[in-house]
Amino acid sequence: MGRYVIRRLLQMIPVFIGTTLLIFIAVYALPGDPVRGLFGDKTPSGAQLASLRHEYGLDRNIFVQYGNYMWNMVAHFDFGTQIASGRPVTDILGDAFPVTIRLAVFALVLEIVFGIALGVISGMFAGKFLDQAILVLTLLFIAIPVFVLAFLIKAAILFPADLPPNVNDSNNLGQMLAPAAVLATASLAYVARLTRGTLVENRRADYMRTAVAKGLPRRRVIGVHLMRNSLIPVVTFLGTDLGALMGGAIVTEGAFNIKGVGGTIYESLVRREGTTLVGLVTILVLVYLLCSLLVDLLYAVLDPRIRYA
Amino acid sequence: MPDITKEAADEAAKHTLGEPVPTADTAVVEKAAADKNRSLWGDAWVDLRRRPMFIISALIILLLIVMSAFPGLFTGTDPTATDLQNHYLSKPKLGHVFQADWLGYDQQGRSVYSRLVHGTRNSVLVGFGATIIVTLLGSFVGMVAGYFGGWLDAILSRVTDIFFGIPFLLGAMLVMNAFTDRKWWLVAAALGILGWTQITRVMRGSVLTVKQSDYVQAAKALGASTSRIMLRHILPNAMAPVIVVATIALGTYIGAEATLSYLGLGLSAPAVSWGADISDGLAQIRVAQHVLLYPSIMLTLTVFAFIMLGEAVRNALDPKLR
Repeated sequence: MGRYVIRRLLQMIPVFIGTTLLIFIAVYALPGDPVRGLFGDKTPSGAQLASLRHEYGLDRNIFVQYGNYMWNMVAHFDFGTQIASGRPVTDILGDAFPVTIRLAVFALVLEIVFGIALGVISGMFAGKFLDQAILVLTLLFIAIPVFVLAFLIKAAILFPADLPPNVNDSNNLGQMLAPAAVLATASLAYVARLTRGTLVENRRADYMRTAVAKGLPRRRVIGVHLMRNSLIPVVTFLGTDLGALMGGAIVTEGAFNIKGVGGTIYESLVRREGTTLVGLVTILVLVYLLCSLLVDLLYAVLDPRIRYA
Repeated sequence: MPDITKEAADEAAKHTLGEPVPTADTAVVEKAAADKNRSLWGDAWVDLRRRPMFIISALIILLLIVMSAFPGLFTGTDPTATDLQNHYLSKPKLGHVFQADWLGYDQQGRSVYSRLVHGTRNSVLVGFGATIIVTLLGSFVGMVAGYFGGWLDAILSRVTDIFFGIPFLLGAMLVMNAFTDRKWWLVAAALGILGWTQITRVMRGSVLTVKQSDYVQAAKALGASTSRIMLRHILPNAMAPVIVVATIALGTYIGAEATLSYLGLGLSAPAVSWGADISDGLAQIRVAQHVLLYPSIMLTLTVFAFIMLGEAVRNALDPKLR
């Protein structure tokens, strides 16, 4: 197990470098100039531009820039400076991250509760009408684009009930309910489908027949024997999904005007704020990689048959 | 969309070996017995034809394809023609079915119905374009990694991880933001370059299973060349789960194009796109809901049809899931 963890951590290094380098190059290949943007409609002199570019290190080779950036990040936990505001990117991250984490965790809770419930109902009535109805419902959940769902909820619930359409206090769980539900919808459907699939497959397993044959009460057969084994793939999905939810928050946060990572990413992209963007995405990638590592380890705990060399 | 890989590949291997189809329906078993040479795809086709989910989704998709190829059949109104007198005229005209004013007008007096019809082409083109890129690129990388294994697999798998780690939508936003004149093929290429990893993973897993089959060993023993084994034996038998994932992905690419257009990073105006129309309509959400309601319905229905089709194909190819 220890060796497996070390091997996984080592494998994360090239993936991390590759992903951040790709993002870094993409951001710096963008047309537009954040330094020129500082001057608004005034025309700066060439010398002014050059000195500012030199100050931010924008005049050097892109790989040198990337190397410096990574070194500062690892050695000094310095993610650069947002050029427009002059604030360090870590400050901006500190403001935005808790908001998005709250949103993502809220969405994850909805996903677990409703996704597994729908999946279990569907699996227990496999082939019946209820199963078919849940199938169509979940496919619809996957099909409806996030921004369409957001405005549907606004137009059908929030406006008629005279509730605020946007979130102005991210600590208020009531206000966060609508965006969390929107964020959770598609993943909720995947959780339900996955739960149903493994449940139906495991119901025919030998250990289920054994459990029934030795006269265990139905509650115990289903609750302990069936559920424990069926939920392992679901746990895997939930783990990687937390990372995906944080990245997927761009549209949801925009639609409900939430000042989280997604909102900040969109703003930085529009303003060509390369450093802010790379910093935010780097954190997202790290969260994603750690989530998938944790999931793999959890897998071994849940299913003792799996042994890592 | 996990865990379809192994079963479907097993199924694929079984059927090509000529085993009877495991199904409770006696009519099908008899038919299969009568036609023993029917392939995996033949079985799937027989099964699909009886599924209402497949028939409904196939009809919707057929209609969409006809609409995108010949929009003139459905409307004679120019989607960009503006008439400010018609501003927000939104009373549905029941007697005027399929006329320009049937679904009302938007803020600039453009026919909502005409824009709906003409928006189909871009959505369908982006969806199919991105899916073709993803399927070709993803299958190739996945097959090479799965078949050759070793260090090549290790490198290709890490490269896949790198692309997989970039949030899909964010990557697409970055690429689209670099261009000012955004055509449909550019959107398709951006989505394709960022989306191939899913197919690669499915294909790699599928190839790993098929590689073990007896007929591959037999072909090797008979001295078949590597390219022949890969193209004639492995590819057809490892393709099934890829097709399922690709069909479902096609729907999500159409949704992604609309999302990018909604963010202002999709097709440039004057191209007609449902996403851009929804985005325009959002500003007037309290006064004129019809402007965003109809493109939203159309968009959801389209994505729904492709996902439903993928689901039906998956059920047909993988009878274990029943």
